[in-house]
Amino acid sequence: MKTDSGSHADQATIWHGTRVAITGGTSGLGRALVNILLDDGAEVAFIARNQENVEGVVRQRPESHGIVGDVSRKNDIYSIATQILGALGGVDLLINNASSLGPVPLVPLGDTNCEDLELTLQTNLLGPFRLTKALLGSLAATAREGGHPIVLNISSDAAINAYPNWGAYGASKAALHHLSHIWDQELSPLGIRVLSLDPGDMDTPLHSLAIPDADPSTLTSPESAARELIAKIEEVLFAKEGAPKATEAAIQ
Amino acid sequence: MIAASTPTHRRDAKLLVVGPDGKLSHIARTNFPALLRPGDVVIANDAATLPASLFGSHLPTGAKIEVRLAGRESLDPHAVRYFSAVVFGGGDFHTPTEHRPNPPELRSGDALQLGPIHATVVRLLDHPRLVFLRFEGSTNEIWQGLARHGRPIQYAYIPTPLGLWDAWTPIAGPPVAFEPPSASFILNWNTLDSITRRKVQFGTITHAAGISSTGDPSLDARLPFNEPYRIPEAAVNLVQDARTHGRRVIAVGTTVVRALEHAAGADGELRSGEGIATQKIRLETNLRVVDAILTGTHEPGSSHYELLRAFVNDETLDFIDRELKEHRYLTHEFGDSIFVEKIASGQTATNREVMVPVTSGNNATTGNSSSGPETFLPSHSYMPHVT
Repeated sequence: MKTDSGSHADQATIWHGTRVAITGGTSGLGRALVNILLDDGAEVAFIARNQENVEGVVRQRPESHGIVGDVSRKNDIYSIATQILGALGGVDLLINNASSLGPVPLVPLGDTNCEDLELTLQTNLLGPFRLTKALLGSLAATAREGGHPIVLNISSDAAINAYPNWGAYGASKAALHHLSHIWDQELSPLGIRVLSLDPGDMDTPLHSLAIPDADPSTLTSPESAARELIAKIEEVLFAKEGAPKATEAAIQ
Repeated sequence: MIAASTPTHRRDAKLLVVGPDGKLSHIARTNFPALLRPGDVVIANDAATLPASLFGSHLPTGAKIEVRLAGRESLDPHAVRYFSAVVFGGGDFHTPTEHRPNPPELRSGDALQLGPIHATVVRLLDHPRLVFLRFEGSTNEIWQGLARHGRPIQYAYIPTPLGLWDAWTPIAGPPVAFEPPSASFILNWNTLDSITRRKVQFGTITHAAGISSTGDPSLDARLPFNEPYRIPEAAVNLVQDARTHGRRVIAVGTTVVRALEHAAGADGELRSGEGIATQKIRLETNLRVVDAILTGTHEPGSSHYELLRAFVNDETLDFIDRELKEHRYLTHEFGDSIFVEKIASGQTATNREVMVPVTSGNNATTGNSSSGPETFLPSHSYMPHVT
C-alpha cells in the first residue's frame, strides 16, 4: 500500500495504485467500498456471485475488474484468486466482505437446519479463510517489497453479542473475528495485518433481509460506513509507518 | 528413481545434503533450516502456477486437442494475448506424454476452441507440436477463461486429477509459472518462521517456470524454453548484503539459479527488474551469485541434472545418484529433495564416507507405502521436472 506522504492531509493519495480485492462487491457495503476506493485511485477487483450484477457494476465503473465467483464454494477459490492476481498483478488490501445471514427470516438455533449453518460457515468463515490463504503468498510478497498489506474481515456486533435468532450468522462472525485475531498475531511479524472491523448497522439489502421493518433513518448508509472503514485502515497504515515511505509494490 | 505419485507434501520427505567438501548426508527435509547459518540468504521463486492445460478442439478438423501453454514474453498480467504452446492430440494426463498422439496438422490461422476461450494459431514454431497462439477477447475474458477452464499441467505418474491448490506453493504469488516451481513446496509458513528465527534472510523472485516435458525427445532437448522473470529490489539488496558479509546465497529451485545468474550480467552485479532467462546452466557455467541450491531429485540427462554440474563435479554427481537410488528417494515435483553446495574449487569431491545422521525416524519407503512404489516408475523419456 502506498504511503509516501507524511501527513494526513495527503491521505487521499495513499490509495493511488493500491491493489484492492473486495468480495461481495455488487451491493451494500461492498459496492460502496468499490466506488470509494476507485474514486481514491485504487485498482479494484471485486467478486460476486451473480454475473448480471457484476456486469452492471463494470458498466458503471469500467476501470474496475469484475470477477464472477462464489467464495462459499471451495472449487471457486483458486479460480477467483487467479483472476484477482491476473487483474491486479498482486494484492495490497483484501476485503472479505461477502456475507450470508443464514436462514431468513431469522430463526432460533433450534429451528436452524444443520445444512443452513454449514452454508453460513462456508460463506462467512471458510470462504474468507480460503481466499486469504490463496492470496497469502502475494500479501507476503507485498510486505517483503516494502508495502503494508492488510486483510480486512468485515465483522458484526453479532460476533460479540449473543442475539437470539442470529445463531448461524453470529457464530460464523464470532469465528471469523477470532480467526482474524489469531492470524494477525501470526502474520504481523511478516508485515501483514489482519483486521476485523464492525461497520455497524447499515441500510443494506442484507440488513433489510434480517430486519425488514427497520427504520432506515436509524441506519448508517453503506457509503458512510465504507468511509469509516477506509479511515480505520488509513489509521493502521499511518500508525505503522509514522513517516511513511514509498513502496515499490504500490508504485508499479 | 521412483516418482512421487501423490500431490501431498510429506512430513517424512528426505533431504540429501552435499557439503562444500563433497561429503554426503541424509536428513529429514523438515530439518532443512538447520543447514542454514546466520546471515545466509534464501531466495525462492514465488510464482503461482497457471492453469496452463486447456482442453478443446481444433475447429478446422473438429479433432480433440490439449494445449499446454509453454512460454510468454513478459510477466505483465495484461500481456496474456500471446503464448507459445505445446499441442497434443486426444487423451489426457493418464497417457504418458511420450505416448500422446500429435495434434492434427496445424496451420497458421487455424481457430481453436478451448472451453470458453477462442484462440488462433498465429504460426508454427518449427515443430508439429509447438505453436505460437493468440487468445481473442479482452484481458479480463482471457483470465476468466484460463481460471475457469484451465487445469494445472499434469503427468501420468500422478493418477488423480490435480487441483490448482495442489499446484500452488505456500508462497505462491503471481500466477505466471507453467508448472509449479516445486522446490518452493517445502517453504510452509512454519519453515519460513524457523528460517527467520535463525537470522537467515528470506527473499523471493518471480520466474515463469516452464514445462518439463513435451513428449518429444527433440523438443525436450530444447528445454528449458526462454522464461521471463522479475527480480525485486528487495531480493537484490539481500543478495548484495550476503556477498558483502561473505554469507551464502541459497537458491530454492533451479529457476532461481537461472534467474539470478541471468540477471547478474557480465560483471556479476545483480540487477533488479524484469528479464528473460535464455541461457542454460551447465557444466561450463560460472556461478556468480548462487552458492548452494535446494531442489528436487532428477535423473541424469535432464536439464535439471545438467544444472547441478555447475555446482559439483561429475564424480560427486555419480555419488549423489547412487545415494538417491539406494535410499529410494522419490522424484518429480512432489518428491524428495537435495541440497547441494558449490564445491570449493580444486576440491576433489569423491568422499566415499557417507554420513547418515538420524532422521526423524521415517524409513525410506513410507511415502509410497499405499500404492507400491514400482507402480509409478516413470519411463526414462519423462523429462524430470525443471524447477
